[in-house]
Amino acid sequence: MLPFILRWRFVKRLFAGLVPVVALSGCSGRQSILDPAGQDSASLLTLFWVMLAGLVVIWLLINGMMFFFHHLSPRKYDESIARKLIVGGGIVFPTVVIAALLAWGLSMMPDQRAPGDGLRVEIVGEQWWWRVAYWPDGADEPIVSANEIRLPVGRRSTFELSSAAVIHSLWIPALGGKMDMFPGRETFLTLEPTEAGTFRGQCAEFCGASHALMAFEVVTMDPEEFETWLAEEAGPAQSPEGEAAIEGADVFSAQGCGACHTVRGTEAVGQVGPDLTHVGSRMSLGAGILAPTVDNFIAWIDHTGDLKPEVEMPAYDDLPEDDLLALATYLVGLK
Amino acid sequence: MTEDPFAKYSGTNRPEPEGTFPPTDEMLARPVDTEEEARRADRLRRAWDEPKGWAYFSAVNNDKVGAWYSLTALFFMLAAGVLALLMRIQLAVPENDFLDADRFNQFFTMHGSAMMFLFAVPMFEAISILLLPAFLGARDLPFPRLSSYGFWCFVIGGCFVMGSVLFDVAPRGGWFMYPPLSTEDMGIGADIWLLGLSFIEVASIAAAVELIVGVLKCRPPGMRVNLMPLYAWYVLVVGGMILFAFPPLIAGDFLFEMERSFDWPFFDPTRGGDPMLWQHLFWIFGHPEVYIVFLPSIAIAAMVIPTVAQRPIVGYSWIVLSAVGVGFLSFGLWVHHMFTTGLPNISLGFFSAASEAVVIPTGIQLFVFAATLMVGKVKRSLPMLWIAGALAIFVLGGLTGVMLAIAPFNWAVHDTYFIVAHLHYTLFGGMIFPVMAGVYYFYPFFRKGRMMSETLGRWSFWLIFIGFNLTFLPMHYTGLIGMPRRVFTYGEEMGWGWLNMLSTVASFVIAAGFAVFVWDLLRPKRNEGASRRNPWNAGTLEWSHNVPEEQWGVRSIPFITSRYPLWDQPKIVERMDAGRFYLSDTKYGYRETIVTSVLDARPQHVQRVTGPAWITMMAAAFTGGAFIFPTFSMYVPAIISGAFAIVCVLYWLWTATAQVPEEPTSDVGLGLRLPRYASGPNAPGWWAVWITMLGDATAFTSLVFGFFFYWTASPDFPPMGADHAGGAALLAAAVLLSLSWLATRSAKATNRHGNVRQARILLAVGMACTVAGGAGLYLAVADLAPTSHAYPAIVCALAVWLGAHLGLGLIAQGYSLARSLAGHTTPIYDADLTNTTLLWHFIVVQALITSAVIGLLPGWMT
Repeated sequence: MLPFILRWRFVKRLFAGLVPVVALSGCSGRQSILDPAGQDSASLLTLFWVMLAGLVVIWLLINGMMFFFHHLSPRKYDESIARKLIVGGGIVFPTVVIAALLAWGLSMMPDQRAPGDGLRVEIVGEQWWWRVAYWPDGADEPIVSANEIRLPVGRRSTFELSSAAVIHSLWIPALGGKMDMFPGRETFLTLEPTEAGTFRGQCAEFCGASHALMAFEVVTMDPEEFETWLAEEAGPAQSPEGEAAIEGADVFSAQGCGACHTVRGTEAVGQVGPDLTHVGSRMSLGAGILAPTVDNFIAWIDHTGDLKPEVEMPAYDDLPEDDLLALATYLVGLK
Repeated sequence: MTEDPFAKYSGTNRPEPEGTFPPTDEMLARPVDTEEEARRADRLRRAWDEPKGWAYFSAVNNDKVGAWYSLTALFFMLAAGVLALLMRIQLAVPENDFLDADRFNQFFTMHGSAMMFLFAVPMFEAISILLLPAFLGARDLPFPRLSSYGFWCFVIGGCFVMGSVLFDVAPRGGWFMYPPLSTEDMGIGADIWLLGLSFIEVASIAAAVELIVGVLKCRPPGMRVNLMPLYAWYVLVVGGMILFAFPPLIAGDFLFEMERSFDWPFFDPTRGGDPMLWQHLFWIFGHPEVYIVFLPSIAIAAMVIPTVAQRPIVGYSWIVLSAVGVGFLSFGLWVHHMFTTGLPNISLGFFSAASEAVVIPTGIQLFVFAATLMVGKVKRSLPMLWIAGALAIFVLGGLTGVMLAIAPFNWAVHDTYFIVAHLHYTLFGGMIFPVMAGVYYFYPFFRKGRMMSETLGRWSFWLIFIGFNLTFLPMHYTGLIGMPRRVFTYGEEMGWGWLNMLSTVASFVIAAGFAVFVWDLLRPKRNEGASRRNPWNAGTLEWSHNVPEEQWGVRSIPFITSRYPLWDQPKIVERMDAGRFYLSDTKYGYRETIVTSVLDARPQHVQRVTGPAWITMMAAAFTGGAFIFPTFSMYVPAIISGAFAIVCVLYWLWTATAQVPEEPTSDVGLGLRLPRYASGPNAPGWWAVWITMLGDATAFTSLVFGFFFYWTASPDFPPMGADHAGGAALLAAAVLLSLSWLATRSAKATNRHGNVRQARILLAVGMACTVAGGAGLYLAVADLAPTSHAYPAIVCALAVWLGAHLGLGLIAQGYSLARSLAGHTTPIYDADLTNTTLLWHFIVVQALITSAVIGLLPGWMT
């Protein structure tokens, strides 16, 4: 056992030395497999490091052998030795290695697919954004949100996935593996965050023009904090405060934004686009592509199609600047 | 007045080989009459003379068609490579606007599709067409016009598909074309992909049939299967894989295009369809495809390595069994492309294990190479450098493959740049590098004695090798830190910028390496003092080629007793040149080759090989029309074009195949007389029909699989209260088609017994039954509404499929009848009728299965 561990650590260290960014572990980004913040992703990373170590050793052995026979070998070997090499290297060695790897690797599957502890999050892939609905244990109706997922730390949450039109795939590298989302079929994923933090997820299955622009923020929180947040999220929208925001609410209603978007507590009950009840409190705009600032809201409403090609929301590029500013102020205020 | 040489034969007593076989050493050592041989050589030269001027393009010889084929595939590869460079420029920096999203999506779709369908598979077929006859000491492949037809189909289809990029209408749904994204896509891109590539797949299957029959039937006398050059074994395995892998995709394409053109909802979940069906059909094709690309390259290495080691391969049986093993296993792995689709753990476990199992036969092949180098005396060479590079790259790609086959790890990195890195490592290592090795190794064979530059070859190698690793090694890491595949841009804050910049810069180094290679390949070369015949001192038959070039392939077809005849059989080349062996003459001025038995290569008959013709090009053009017009919803021109294609093919068959010979048997030298005609299992044509129909049956099975897939995967199949196919009409169709089959079968038997008139009547009766059966089939499904639900849609799809086959069966019956009436089919010479009967065996099985599936099962299910 000891030499194996030694070798693994050695290779891990070697690899870390070779690739500078790995050495800065913790800085590989918010969307990185190498920076796990969940139970599933942590065990997958262990699996990865062990397999990587094996890979390096086997690669060196095979190529070293070829180099030796081709370049360095001082003599011809006997054919009977060569035949033993074929049987040993081609059959015995891979059979043993693969059997061990399969036994270990596949034993992870049941854990990764363990049932959840209560919270269900229903996510529907849209073109190109995420419809999110939280179903806490025993809830009769969902708490609807969009383009951001919040999860309690230390609990295994269940994702119920489906899609409106085309196939997408939900992927939060920091928390675990991915799962495809199909129209007309439900798939499931469970994840258990172990650390509080903010992460990023992205659609992994090619889904059309703006596939690259279909991301979301993930916030993992202490369970109490999460309960508080969820209660707030369940509530209606804040009334607009300040002149600009009040004016913006009028623009929102006059432009018919409510035909597609819901702002709970107002007349806007559209179901086509993302729920905007608390859009101002989210960490991103346009499904993980912009920071939620007033300027970005203006840019988004003014030319959606430029920021997200072929998006269904039309660009309101004929709105006067004042109205745009008011509208953006209103939306940013929807905390 | 001489007696009629045919008089002593009849349909049940046919000409057989007569004389001595195998030849004795004494016979082989006997000197030849040089003057007589010179006259024979002259006749042979005239028969194989290549057309001049514009007519050059009507040539059908394997070396011409093979060369054009490989250069065309190389051109498409370079074009697809340019698309890759453009994508790399777009990704070099975050938030770049060099390409817009739509253009980028077209480019990555076309890059993958072109590399797979227009380069990797055609390149294998091209190289095999070019080399196989030489490996086997044959004059040509059994059906040169079929290769030519396949080539022209490839050119037309390839230009059509690739050209779409220039008009901004290229497919943009990814090379995997997943519905509903691609079924709902508004443009014509998806149609171009489906129809254009189906067209090319048909050409690929044609070439595969040709190559399989070539290996089975055109080996030189004495070359038993266990003496075959390894490349021929791989051709057999890969040809077989193409035969079973492409048809599911063709069936899938058929369903897909029916959905796009006529709204039959096979993949639409709102009407009982299921997008997963496409994923299964696509990957049942898609995974074997990877090995279809990989195995021929191993085959090239298997030809180069013994030459490098200057000794026979160690473990011939091991490597052959491994190749066959990989071929089989590759059909059981497809689900590892679908690990994230939510399939149950038990399926994932099974497919993980099956995917890992491929390591064993793959490993054996690599260790066979190591073992051969180990016992040999290594002679370093440029081709071996490319092989070594291939191994370094491929082993890494293979090992990341071992990681990916573990389902949980796959969930983490699936659809990220880690996969992009993995697949490029396997394909560069398992395809590009070995093919380059092959080009450097075989160049003196292609250009009859000329060599490529050693210096430029090394430059090219190191540029591509270093460029490749700098491009793709970092991509593993890019994927691990979160970059998904197929994104046209990414945010600056993601931190992927420097990695992508590195990959982009390095990708241009690869391009520079290819530029050097292409220059070296195409630059004018004089005889640079290296015009030796066998510059590597190899042991296999292809190096017996004539320098300077002759068109006949081999002067005389040798008798083979060793795997490495040039090393082991003394004076073999000298004797081949002198015309000491078989078929050094062509008595009637035809192109001919010897056909041997499948297992032990005993000479069976002399096969007339077809010569230059324009008809194949015309047939390809009209076939192209039948596939291309529907892209633009022009169905009438498509049908007219298809009809012309059929006419062209019939003309070509009528004028060039199964000609009644001038004499029953001919002297082929070394005291052997062989028949000049064969029908049934001795004939290459019979094998071609068998093999083609095996592929056809696979496509049919895929459609039936679709039916059962819906049944098992969806709760309401068939839906409550659905209309079913008419039972009585279906029963009548099944009975009539069985009668048609019986009539065809009896026609063959009756004809053999000399009752020609009765055979003709039976064929006419068979045709009538076919038409009536087709009408019954139509009536059975005419009232269904295939747009309403996947159930009537799949029922109608099966009926359409069978209907098309009845059309084919009817044409074959009519053709056989016409051949008999015209005197081209006689009781002794009945290849057409035999092949039609064989075809009908397949058709009747499909008819009965179809009737049972759409007629009986629904009643039982509900």
